[in-house]
Amino acid sequence: MISKEEIKKLADLARIEISDEEVESLRGEMDAILEYVGQISRIPSPEQGEGDTIVRGEVNVLREDTNPTESGTYSKELIANFPNKEKNYLKVKKILG
Amino acid sequence: MEIKNLTIKEARKLLDTKQISAKELAKSCLENIEKRNKELNVFLEVYDDVLEQAEEAQKIIDSGNSKELTGIPLAIKDNILIKGKKASASSKILQNYTATYDATVIEKLKEEGVIFLGRVNMDEFAMGGSTENSAFEVTKNPYDTSRVAGGSSGGSAAAVVAEMALGALGSDTGGSVREPASFCGVVGLKPTYGSVSRFGLMAMGSSLDVIGPITKTVSDAEIIFNVIKGKDKMDSTSTEIENCKLKIENFKIGVPYHILEQEGISKDVRDNFNESINKLKDLGFEIKDIKLKNIDKSLAVYYIIMPAEVSSNMARYDGVKYGLRKEGNDLLEVYKKTRGEGFGAEVRRRIILGTYVLSSGYYDSYYGKAMAARKIIRAEFDSAFEQVDAVLTPTAPFPAWKIGEKKSPLENYLADIFTVTANIVGCPAISLPSGFVKIDGKDLPLGIQLMSSHSNENILFEIGKKFLNE
Repeated sequence: MISKEEIKKLADLARIEISDEEVESLRGEMDAILEYVGQISRIPSPEQGEGDTIVRGEVNVLREDTNPTESGTYSKELIANFPNKEKNYLKVKKILG
Repeated sequence: MEIKNLTIKEARKLLDTKQISAKELAKSCLENIEKRNKELNVFLEVYDDVLEQAEEAQKIIDSGNSKELTGIPLAIKDNILIKGKKASASSKILQNYTATYDATVIEKLKEEGVIFLGRVNMDEFAMGGSTENSAFEVTKNPYDTSRVAGGSSGGSAAAVVAEMALGALGSDTGGSVREPASFCGVVGLKPTYGSVSRFGLMAMGSSLDVIGPITKTVSDAEIIFNVIKGKDKMDSTSTEIENCKLKIENFKIGVPYHILEQEGISKDVRDNFNESINKLKDLGFEIKDIKLKNIDKSLAVYYIIMPAEVSSNMARYDGVKYGLRKEGNDLLEVYKKTRGEGFGAEVRRRIILGTYVLSSGYYDSYYGKAMAARKIIRAEFDSAFEQVDAVLTPTAPFPAWKIGEKKSPLENYLADIFTVTANIVGCPAISLPSGFVKIDGKDLPLGIQLMSSHSNENILFEIGKKFLNE
């Protein structure tokens, strides 16, 4: 069974605070799910190589790095969504010691 | 004005011949919302400018320039952005988020003069099959209010069957358009991956997600699909679809009978499925028994790939630039508190599961293996579509379940057993209403699913129209 420590480690990596009760219930739920999805090990592995794409005709689509949006075009709407601000600045916790 | 059973196609005629005004049509939807929304919990918000939108649409109609969807009132799933309107994905983390731009599908609908009634309920970030994972309570099934409407686009399906809207947009990552359509007795289309732009749709599983219509008829689904499809420079995975199989006569429909032998499929669904096969035979379609060797592994493949993509897509909700922020002693604590409290249990579970299958020690045995299996299933479908024009299965293994009935996450996931394959393969699929089963004195709708090869939605429309006698 997946350990408590392992669940806590995963939650930490995912930056999610979870309670001890949730750690416990996730152990059972994750085990059941992992056991179910584990059946894919019964599919034989194909040879790797050509045509490893999922979406038909999948290619990288790039664009020229030109014509940037004019500064300020969307500022008003974006600033309005800030959870915390001072004037037009986004306010966050101090990062550097 | 009574809009019972009114389709988009019929409404178009009534609007263009001035037998009804856009305002009257919108008002009748608003009245039905007023009457039943409290009980069913379909709309999270009804926009306050619906009648103004109707007036604008009427001007277009009066000028003689109406398009297919001018003046048609639609409901929009809460994960599709409309500039200046709230879009929460039924999550506390985005409860107060206002969209800063229009999704491409919304832009296209605005060009048509569609009336946006409001945003409808869903499972949080589209993760679930019943809307029980909504942060804003479950949507009830209009056929039996003790049961779920399906999900994740449960609000979209319920809005259509409860006559609150003439059609709706949903999104489908593993069945989220088709399963609620089946539970509510309406039509749900999951288009070919990439045929509809995902720009402005909140990402869940980016290699699986697609926006699709929920409507009363196949013809209506086709109308909406034709408006929203197309290549978009804002979504590099979008493509122009080209029907490669036009005008085929004597459609052959393949049935993978072997997948019906697995456990967990209700007798009602099996019986209804067999009746539907007979109906299709009577309509002149040839039914062929086909084998899809690894289709029964689709659900396992899906529940590895999807959480993996979820875990990376959900990383953007960090409480910094938008959405909920919970303060803490340092930045790390802000992240953890915000995400711990802002996300619901199912979203947290899928992120953690995705983190697990992508972690270095397990990557090869889960994600790597799932991607290889995805390729195999895809190849099996390619060869199936050389023998048949469409593949038929039930949409869901059982009818709508009672609210709260399914206890474990895995039990919920099993509802997706027939639908996830189309997302893994990327092919189009449609759910068609196929009758009812009486349970506890209530009629509950059932549905069948048809899949066709990439870009061949037209085959689904053609078979679907015959099946529903349109």
